[in-house]
Amino acid sequence: MAMTLNDDQNMLRESARDFMASEAPVTHFRKFRDMGCKDGFSHGLWKQFAEMGFTGILIPEAEGGMGMGQIEAGIVLEEIGRNLSPSPFLTTSVAAVEALKLADKAMRDRWFPGILAGETVIGIAIEEGVKHRPEKIACVAERSGNGFKLTGHKQFVVQGTSSDMLIVAARTAGAVGETDGLTLFAVDKDAAGLSMEAARLVDSAMAAHVKLDGVQVNADAVIGDVDGGWAVLSKMLDAGRVGAAAEMVGVGTGAMDMTFDYLKTRKQFDRVIGEFQALQHRAAHLYGEMEGARSIVLKAQSLMDEGHAKAELYVAAAKAKAGLACNLAVREGVQMHGGIGMTDEYDIGLYMKRDRGLNEFFGDAYYHADRVATMNGY
Amino acid sequence: MSELETFRAEARAWLEENCPAEMRTPAKGDEDVCWGGRNFVFQSDAQKLWLERCVAKGYTVPDWPKAYGGAGLSPQETKVLRQEMAKLGCRSPLNSFGIWMLGPALLKFGTEEQKVHYLGQIARGEIRWCQGYSEPGSGSDLVSMQTFGEDKGDHWVVNGQKIWTSYADKADWIFCLVRTDKTNKYQGISFLLFDMETPGVTTKPIKLISGNSPFCETFFDNVVVPKHQIVGELNRGWDVAKYLLGHEREMISGMGGDGGVTSIGAAMKAVLSEEPVLRAQMALFDVENLTFRAHGERFMDEWKTGKAHPAYSNLMKYVGTELNKKRNELVMSIGGTQALEWESERSNGGSKARNWLRTKANSIEGGTSEVMLNVVSKRILEMPGA
Repeated sequence: MAMTLNDDQNMLRESARDFMASEAPVTHFRKFRDMGCKDGFSHGLWKQFAEMGFTGILIPEAEGGMGMGQIEAGIVLEEIGRNLSPSPFLTTSVAAVEALKLADKAMRDRWFPGILAGETVIGIAIEEGVKHRPEKIACVAERSGNGFKLTGHKQFVVQGTSSDMLIVAARTAGAVGETDGLTLFAVDKDAAGLSMEAARLVDSAMAAHVKLDGVQVNADAVIGDVDGGWAVLSKMLDAGRVGAAAEMVGVGTGAMDMTFDYLKTRKQFDRVIGEFQALQHRAAHLYGEMEGARSIVLKAQSLMDEGHAKAELYVAAAKAKAGLACNLAVREGVQMHGGIGMTDEYDIGLYMKRDRGLNEFFGDAYYHADRVATMNGY
Repeated sequence: MSELETFRAEARAWLEENCPAEMRTPAKGDEDVCWGGRNFVFQSDAQKLWLERCVAKGYTVPDWPKAYGGAGLSPQETKVLRQEMAKLGCRSPLNSFGIWMLGPALLKFGTEEQKVHYLGQIARGEIRWCQGYSEPGSGSDLVSMQTFGEDKGDHWVVNGQKIWTSYADKADWIFCLVRTDKTNKYQGISFLLFDMETPGVTTKPIKLISGNSPFCETFFDNVVVPKHQIVGELNRGWDVAKYLLGHEREMISGMGGDGGVTSIGAAMKAVLSEEPVLRAQMALFDVENLTFRAHGERFMDEWKTGKAHPAYSNLMKYVGTELNKKRNELVMSIGGTQALEWESERSNGGSKARNWLRTKANSIEGGTSEVMLNVVSKRILEMPGA
């Protein structure tokens, strides 16, 4: 396909841009942060997302959704990033939906209506250490009765305590480090033996440490195949990664635009600081980095939507590049704003915090650069 | 099947049928590249045959109109043709500054007579062109150039000196910036075409740090240029030059070794697996390389549909050339002491070291990286100041 958005996609972008700017701008984020909201997002806004059709953007039309692809989900995510709009969109409507699309009909029927209505939130319980290591999952699911008994711990479960269901990856066979032998489960928030402790993160999002103490689930809680969870997990992770990359394009572009505006207005030494070549060159370089990130993210999205064999490579490269470029944007943003950039009152610091969270989400730039190297044969 | 897919099948069938097997292997060096021109000596019958077949089909310049030697393909069809050529590993039938630089300028600024005459010659690979822009005192500040054409009625008499003229010693004709009005800096330059065999033209190769001499100094001593050999209006040559520089930047930014997304890491696995820090550098380079290819693809798609900013090629030139330098630094590091060899059989005459040094010019020629950043900052980001 051509590496440009088509008319429908441009229209979606316009409506997502208008919606986020009016309903969920940075002031909205600040409001929920300052009230110490235990969810870290507004349920009212999540309902509005549903009214816009965003929550079911990746759900097939036959099941009530918009039946769109990663490019369209990414368009919404970019606007979320630009406005720092807090919502469960990335975890629930992108990652969880991609996993549930591979589940049986009964499970899809159970969860899709709530997602479509903007009532359901789903947490992704994958991480067990401080860094993203999905193949090292040690959480165990033993056969028990009609189903399985889950034991282990998870962390960095974003919006975990606000979730109605957790997608939990556990080992049903094989050794830690192997990709075979994993299974994904849909675990109800009220399941006996499941406990969560929420922590507020640097970007004001809420994330949970989850303890699974012999949590009993029925066989119908399995998403995909027993022992074959890696296929579902990979799909879910790649959707989440390319989604996070798209959101970082939004965060980075938002920070960059704010910074360029500042360069054009702030005066020192009797002139606008944007006249200084030292800053101009850094600005132009940053612009190039963000444009590159935007390009590789679009490429990865379109390859995923095509089901292309190289999609995995490009998703890894996109997550890495978007992470590096967005990180540069927020660092340059704070530095070029000078003292005011260090204040809580000014928005640029909020972008820096959001970047950090998104960079760690489903593998940082170094993790994904390493995967690029492996996939490239060295 | 969509029209484009029908075209893809046809193009593939034509390439299968017409591209000789020898022309489907990677070019080993500059001697394998067909530059055409009066004095070009074909390296093989296959090279000659491949050029002739492409000329007959219009595939040396597929997107040019048929009347000027092209195949009249749409931008989408041209992209498909290039994809199919890449898949089969087909070499470019003809490399030419005429195709990359002068052609687009003539298509935009030339008279109908000039288009038919010069574009046809370019498409057929009959004339090899060089570019006369830079002067010893005019590098980044190109408009300060002094080479002067004195008006003698039906012709100009040109005197002066150019420098960094690529392959001037091998070229048949030159497209050259000549001052025709000393009182107006920007609107006092004309864009002239003339034969390098005209009396008074001499060239002197410049030996570079790579040990090779792809560039020359070019001297003009009372060179007579007929008036009809001007492109565009008198004293408005800077408009033509700027337009053409955009194309040069696209060309230089595209210099990424194999021009594709294939990683050089796999072939270097033995070294990289023992040096984790170097492997990490290579991995980050691969991320940047995949990014640049996607960026280039997006830029070309936007450019063709008129959505790209007119100054965007400056950004691509900056990013692409810096990336190519980085690639060659990595090639040298991974190559270790063997990459230091300058004159041995096993190093193919020091090709790694020479290529590495050659790439240092990428971010200087056709506008330095610093000038590119100035342009991006002022024209795209609209930063204030002079």
